[in-house]
Amino acid sequence: MTLVIFAFVLWAAAWALNAQLANGPGRNGAVTRLAVPLIFGATLLGMWELIVRGLDVPMVILPAPSVIAETFVARFGTLWEDFVQTFLKGALSGYVIGCLAAVGVAIVADRFAFLRRGLLPVGNFMAALPIVGTAPILVMWFGFDWESKAAVVVVMVFFPMLVNTVAGLADTGAMQRDLMRTYGASYWQGLVKLRLPAAMPFIFNGLKISTTLALIGAIVAEFFGSPIRGVGFRISTSVGQLALDMVWAEIVVAALAGTLFYGAITALETRVTFWHPSHRS
Amino acid sequence: MTDTAPLAAQGAGIGRSGRVALWARGFSHALLPVVTVVAALLAIWYLACIPMNASNSVLQAARADVAVSPESASDRRGMSGLALAVRNPGVAVAGAFDQDRARLPAPHQVAAELWAGTVGEPVTSNRSLIWHGWVTLSATLLGFVFGTVLGIALAVGIVHSRVMDMSVMPWAIVSQTVPIIAIAPMIIVVLYSVGIQGIVPKAIISAYLSFFPVVVGMVKGLRSPNGMDLDLMATYGATKGQTFWKLRLPSSMPYLFASLKIGIAASLIGAIVGELPTGASAGLGARLLAGSYYGQTEQIWAALFAAAILAALCVGLLGVIERALLGRMGMTT
Repeated sequence: MTLVIFAFVLWAAAWALNAQLANGPGRNGAVTRLAVPLIFGATLLGMWELIVRGLDVPMVILPAPSVIAETFVARFGTLWEDFVQTFLKGALSGYVIGCLAAVGVAIVADRFAFLRRGLLPVGNFMAALPIVGTAPILVMWFGFDWESKAAVVVVMVFFPMLVNTVAGLADTGAMQRDLMRTYGASYWQGLVKLRLPAAMPFIFNGLKISTTLALIGAIVAEFFGSPIRGVGFRISTSVGQLALDMVWAEIVVAALAGTLFYGAITALETRVTFWHPSHRS
Repeated sequence: MTDTAPLAAQGAGIGRSGRVALWARGFSHALLPVVTVVAALLAIWYLACIPMNASNSVLQAARADVAVSPESASDRRGMSGLALAVRNPGVAVAGAFDQDRARLPAPHQVAAELWAGTVGEPVTSNRSLIWHGWVTLSATLLGFVFGTVLGIALAVGIVHSRVMDMSVMPWAIVSQTVPIIAIAPMIIVVLYSVGIQGIVPKAIISAYLSFFPVVVGMVKGLRSPNGMDLDLMATYGATKGQTFWKLRLPSSMPYLFASLKIGIAASLIGAIVGELPTGASAGLGARLLAGSYYGQTEQIWAALFAAAILAALCVGLLGVIERALLGRMGMTT
């Protein structure tokens, strides 16, 4: 019980510290901006640990963070194998294929206005649907291994990417296009030198939305059938064995993969669209 | 998200009232291309049925003593569906569209299954898609309402408290990059082990999936009034509460609806995925899973389309409410 009380004391102390930092003299400094969320996160982890230990919460309901960390280190080999299967093979290959296909279709749709007016509403509609439900069908068609996961990811990322790219390619002003015409630019020159660069902020928006979708698709598709490795497979079997520490370790893997993937795309974005107002400080 | 609203409806300036002009233009300008694209997709689907189902149609034909191109079954086994369809065009076309458990059921088969599941069964039957759809939808809506209310509450806190903004907001943004759906099986099983089952675990998954988009969207929306508007409120001597009710909340509405649409779609996915791990017997996710276990492809496709229709109805309904509300508030979208 003392541990539980200590957890709330810790909470109050950390909150007071954060309030000091957030309203204190260095309130807009970079260090404060980084420290406050980190303190908050660490406090949550600390409270979790203390409450789980204090109330003796059984492992099958909620393992303590320290137990999860131990499992993470001890079974790192398995986790890495799952990461390779789900992320590198399933999600990443599907992501690349789906995004390239969507950009290709978007360029064709941009060339023909009729196609664009037809594809855009359909694409917008499809982007809101629970596409992940196609997973059982695609697993049936492409087998249990990573090919079917990549196929699910392709279908999932295609429509958000298509809609964003089409919107981006249409984002140039009449003045800019007139300028290209006065330069005597051909259609392809106009596309490569004006409209594709102008579409980059939109394309990266689509790419960023798609990172999460790709991981969701790859993980959920494994619930419908998978070889004996993969994040989704391990989660569903470990849940069945009530090995919740392993489930949490896999969730940590998925969270890290998702965040790093998103971060990588964002880093690429700042390099490619350095000219955009949102990146000029 | 729409940051700027158009000043006048399209066509308002050319003599016809905006609405009539939109309709007149809409047909040839918007509807025709959409119909063409949908028709093209259906045509591709029908064409794809031929190679996808070729191996089965050729097998059936061979059993019925019709001459097929590679005579022996062992020769046919290694061949792709496309090669079989090219070598036996008549047989492949004839057998492609009416197979049971086809690899790719034809659109009319899916439509027939959908019709049989919705109109052909009483709503209380466990074969009725309306019943399964309701099971999923009730969990979705319950979770969506909870997630939205909590999300708005947290957003209000974030906008008014600097500490909360600095400590919670980065995590809310990071959480959008994490495939949180991975937690779904665990929530279902853990709650089951403590005796909670049925609608609540699915609703919890739906709630946390719709929670974060609403938080992020509402924070943006509640901060959308510009300095001039806020200064005006200050010169009127408005309290914090008055500023909130009369300025911040109304101007956040377009952002709220944009995130509600994302949230309800995510909620529905959450409810469907929540039905997978325990082998639930009811709900659209259970239909998907049962169909994939028993190879009932028509059932999978019908459940998939039912889920799509459900999602479209939910998003469409939110769109109608959005238009009506924003229209009355004088914000056209």
